[in-house]
Amino acid sequence: MSVPVNIQNISKSYEKVEALKAVSLNIKAGELFGFIGPDGAGKTSLFRILTGLILPDSGTASVAEMDVLKDFKKVRNITGYMPGRFSLYYDLTVAENLNFYASIFKTSLKENYDLIKDIYVQIEPFSNRKAGDLSGGMKQKLALSCALIHRPKLLILDEPTTGVDAVSRKEFWELLDKMQQGGITILVSTPYMDEASLCNRVALMQSGNVLSVDTPSNITARYKGQLFAVKTNKMHNLVTALEQVPAATQVYRFGDEVHVTSFHENDTVFVGLLSDALKEKGHLDIQINKKQAVIEDCFLALMDKNQAI
Amino acid sequence: MNESKQIIVVNDLVKMFGHFTANDKLNFSVKKGEIFGFLGANGAGKTTAIKILSGLSKPTSGKAIVAGFDVKKHPNKVKKNIGYMSQRFSLYDDMTVKENFRFYGGIYGLNRKEIREKTAHFLKKLDMEDYGNMLLKNIPLGWKQKLAFSVAILHNPKIVFLDEPTGGVDPLTRRQFWELIYESSAQGTTVFVTTHYMDEAEYCERVSIMSEGRIEAIGTPAELKEKFDVKTMDEVFIKIAR
Repeated sequence: MSVPVNIQNISKSYEKVEALKAVSLNIKAGELFGFIGPDGAGKTSLFRILTGLILPDSGTASVAEMDVLKDFKKVRNITGYMPGRFSLYYDLTVAENLNFYASIFKTSLKENYDLIKDIYVQIEPFSNRKAGDLSGGMKQKLALSCALIHRPKLLILDEPTTGVDAVSRKEFWELLDKMQQGGITILVSTPYMDEASLCNRVALMQSGNVLSVDTPSNITARYKGQLFAVKTNKMHNLVTALEQVPAATQVYRFGDEVHVTSFHENDTVFVGLLSDALKEKGHLDIQINKKQAVIEDCFLALMDKNQAI
Repeated sequence: MNESKQIIVVNDLVKMFGHFTANDKLNFSVKKGEIFGFLGANGAGKTTAIKILSGLSKPTSGKAIVAGFDVKKHPNKVKKNIGYMSQRFSLYDDMTVKENFRFYGGIYGLNRKEIREKTAHFLKKLDMEDYGNMLLKNIPLGWKQKLAFSVAILHNPKIVFLDEPTGGVDPLTRRQFWELIYESSAQGTTVFVTTHYMDEAEYCERVSIMSEGRIEAIGTPAELKEKFDVKTMDEVFIKIAR
């Protein structure tokens, strides 16, 4: 049912900006594969190349062993694409949009109803409402229904959760999980690092480069150095205070803690160094605990800081 | 005397669109210099409330005093005393960095000398002195957002409203952006910020969480986590909004 995706040395530039720099990736059939990275990482360009909407400057890509350039019509027939920007017809109703997309692919809502049922029931009460009058969450569900209407074997979702609240994001990922079990390859991009752990494998991307490709747990297991989480009574000054400790590297705020990485051979000595420095700066209630790195720690460590944008 | 320290005071604020209640009797206040996180699910009524607080929309009933002015009676005085930035509306893409500063400085009534000095100050602070003559459309998003924040506080507003300022920004720039927020707050500017990143909720001194037009919880992140007996703000948010 599901299909593999092959990307070989794809490069793409827009005038002076190199959006993709010789990107190569192999996505297995049936995988839920995440492209994790901020704006400007190249995620959208890559998706547009895979869907035949733009041409690469060099390199090749295939979906189910069909070339995305030469066989673009065949590739499109088996691909569902949900662009980052809502791109359905605002002046058509929910039902009209769905029927329109179904008819383009020579199918009907009736024929594939079972496929989109879980999502569509949530917007069905508004089937006569114009798409332009839907809330953000409902627009997203309609767009997903339209992307699924022709039973694609590959689903490409460009930042489906950007600007979406934490609860709706959670629900959306539960939906993706369910769809994947139905046997479909899913490529999804997101700027939210915490969503990486919900994918089978991820590519961490920045400025057109792939920094790392692996399962989320392998990426975090490979984190270099020992990570510590620090808390004190003076959280506002904590980053500055820790940055002044020579042994402390990669000092970053993480919610109600500050993460610090140690390359010191002795953890106890390192903790002592931190704790002494903090006491000297007047910090109290000092808590320093070893911690397992998360994807965001890895991303920060892998990032080219000069290109931090 | 307590009243003078409150820079935003909202009493029974209601906003109706036809029969739909977008804001249902909001009551809260924000202290001078505070970093206040205004959280909520999509469609909870955050944008409606921000529009009222910034003088762009009138409440159906109730009262809001912002920077000492009633938003209903003196919306223009409110506007002069606040700054605003969002991901959607920030700066003009077809103007250079410096032109954007000049344009917004002019709107806020700064003279040429002030604009020149402020522009130099902010470009130096952001380490962007070499980019003053670059068109904004050629500047990466993370830098743009830091510039937009600087422009929003160009006229030393008492309050700055930030509507999802870090959406789609890389994790490093997101942290640099929060350093700018802290600095601004330390200088006495009140920061009123919305975000979908729950780690950023932790960076606020106090947060409120809206659901279906009402404020369902308000307090410091530590208070809210204790009240809902959970470890992270993410869990607090999910308990309230789901």
